[in-house]
Amino acid sequence: MALLQISEPGESTEPHQHRLAVGIDLGTTNSLVATVRSGMAVVLSDELGRPLLPSVVSYGRECIEVGYEAQAKQSVDPKNTIVSVKRFMGRGIKDIAHIETMPYDFVAAQGAKGEEGMVKLRTAGGVKSPVEISAEILKVLTQRAEGALGGPLSGAVITVPAYFDDAQRAATKDAARLAGLNVLRLLNEPTAAAIAYGLDNGAEGIYAVYDLGGGTFDISILKLSRGIFEVLATGGDSALGGDDFDQRVFCWIIEKAGLAPLSASDARVLLTRAREAKEYLTIHGEAPITVRLGSGEYVDVNLSTAVFSEITRTLVQKTISATRRALRDAALATAEVKGVVMVGGSTRMPQIQHAVGELFGQEPLNNLDPDKVVALGAAIQANLLAGNRAPGEDWLLLDVIPLSLGLETMGGLTEKIIPRNSTIPIARAQEFTTFKDGQTAMMIHVVQGERELVADCRSLARLELRGIPPMVAGAARVRVSFQVDADGLLSVSAREQTTGIEARVEVKPSFGLGDDEIAGMLKDSYTHASADAFRRALREAQVEAQRLLEATQSALVEDAALLSVAERTHVDSCVARLQGVLVGDDRHAIDEAMAQLGQATAEFAARRMNQSVRRALSGRNIEEIEL
Amino acid sequence: MDFSRDHFALFGLPRTYALDLEELDRLYREAQAKVHPDRHVLLGDAERRLAMQWSTQINEAYQTLRRPLSRAKYLLALGGIEVDQERRMSSEFLMQQMEWREAVAEARAALAGEELERLHLRLKSEMALQYQKLQVQFEQSAAAAAADLLRQLMFQEKLLAEIDDALTAVEA
Repeated sequence: MALLQISEPGESTEPHQHRLAVGIDLGTTNSLVATVRSGMAVVLSDELGRPLLPSVVSYGRECIEVGYEAQAKQSVDPKNTIVSVKRFMGRGIKDIAHIETMPYDFVAAQGAKGEEGMVKLRTAGGVKSPVEISAEILKVLTQRAEGALGGPLSGAVITVPAYFDDAQRAATKDAARLAGLNVLRLLNEPTAAAIAYGLDNGAEGIYAVYDLGGGTFDISILKLSRGIFEVLATGGDSALGGDDFDQRVFCWIIEKAGLAPLSASDARVLLTRAREAKEYLTIHGEAPITVRLGSGEYVDVNLSTAVFSEITRTLVQKTISATRRALRDAALATAEVKGVVMVGGSTRMPQIQHAVGELFGQEPLNNLDPDKVVALGAAIQANLLAGNRAPGEDWLLLDVIPLSLGLETMGGLTEKIIPRNSTIPIARAQEFTTFKDGQTAMMIHVVQGERELVADCRSLARLELRGIPPMVAGAARVRVSFQVDADGLLSVSAREQTTGIEARVEVKPSFGLGDDEIAGMLKDSYTHASADAFRRALREAQVEAQRLLEATQSALVEDAALLSVAERTHVDSCVARLQGVLVGDDRHAIDEAMAQLGQATAEFAARRMNQSVRRALSGRNIEEIEL
Repeated sequence: MDFSRDHFALFGLPRTYALDLEELDRLYREAQAKVHPDRHVLLGDAERRLAMQWSTQINEAYQTLRRPLSRAKYLLALGGIEVDQERRMSSEFLMQQMEWREAVAEARAALAGEELERLHLRLKSEMALQYQKLQVQFEQSAAAAAADLLRQLMFQEKLLAEIDDALTAVEA
């Protein structure tokens, strides 16, 4: 039954203009989806009222289970039940810590050039990439949101650890694509938390966000002032989290109880007990650990707070050291930090609270739910990006790139092109030349990291520039351009300057998936539900077209003066055309009409942008602007 | 779109070393509030691409002007003077640099975090004096002297980054 919609007093009277947008916290241990309803950010729960979705996916021969159902399978079917898949995103098999204690059947995949690629897992449901496994979690959250909000989502903001490198970010975006989501933005987790905290408390000044999750650690230093959230520096460790504390306890139990090598299911049981003991210590001084293993061995040990602190001391120290570095990068002293916002379930550990409090000389801020704050911040950003901004709600986010980007030069050394903590979007170009006479091709190796040797940095991509005209060594001028967009994602292009020959390059991600691989996965998922997929694609095209029409119309109202009569007539006819095909079910006609309208308004867009920049920078409103 | 204007002209600021940094901050924020891609997500591809290009350009201009070293280097470049590090430095300065480097390496090897902190602070205050001198040279339009001083400062900035790296290594 359709309900009558009544808008709130003072709110928009056109409810159809409210676009459904969500924020998704795709966590190592748990995932959440949140949205803004009547001006309030809320987490959307499942039908049983549970806000969290355990980030666990279990593959059977026929079906895939996600969340609590999958979690229940952990100890009975550990090999096919994937937990903490986030740790494998954009990672090769050699990058994964504690791999020997994991119950999975890993498949080392090859990258584009035969080097190591993103790891895969062999399950009862087939060989799966971490991207596909993450997409299953995102699909469940999408269904939950569409059910709760009563319609298709126009877009989502997905959070990633601030310290995620380019390969990990690209893998996350690919997972969202695979789940059929329109990604409005990849947002850094600590920044999302800062938005939720800052807007809620009207905070101004320098804040630190200390975010220790299940598998990742981030520290971000932000300056909040007059509606601008400016990240000054960020640091962390994308392979350090609560899981590592569990691992330390797990090893301690094995040693203490003198256990023989464990079976996969015993290992899983013991890891679960280790985690429970860690959580128990949050409010107790000692945790008893008793368990009968499948091997018949009986474990009965007591873990005290003192021992727990001792065995995890180096982990805590790593986070404190990263925090100091971020402060140095921001050129700030601890005393200049007004507040420290604690995020992530792992910050509940008392020794973490203590260490952070000691470093900053103040009590950390714990008045937010550390599990939910990231999703809430993402929802607020999604609402804004979807165009649901309420009048007066005016804020902007300026984020940074966490790790330096560079190129491999002679001798296996790194040449930094974009330093860490540069505000994004950012672009830089560098010129290179040929090494030998008559050289017609050039291999460019893009890396990310702070170390001097290429071998110590992360390989992001290798590009081959072909078709350089033969010249003497050193005569060619190859300009390599890096562009990092607002999602923190890199694109690289190269061009030979002296001849003007544009040798387009193809980026082959070392640890990512190629476009053809993604297309293949998408096709696979479509063949299972092709009618559904068709409807979905059509609906998405319609939402997109509607968006473009509204934007064009409001631009025409604001800046009609920037168009000549002939130009206006042309734009109007393109608008009419798009409106005409919008009601039909021909997706390609919609795409085509959108492209035409886009072309017709490109010059108009440029003029509008010029005008608004001039107004902003001249500090006053200019009545007439010459073009 | 006109990307050819220099960074000072972009913000409508005078071409000077002694820049009003608060005014620069204010203009930067206002400009980003207009052009940032987050403000243009609803529009067509062309406008979104433009927003990214503008936002990139404004970030580049702001980063260059905000830091004294890059601002000075940029100012000299506008005047046709490229400051490169190939030029010979005075042997006195090079000797000092070697002593500094030895002190940093020793402290790093000894895991002496506090000593590194002290070195960091001492270098910072030396550099603050250098930057004051630089300002005077710009006021007197002594471009060649400014370029020499800038070369030294580039060495010192690098040294500072090395101290910070050593601190990170020692703390880990």
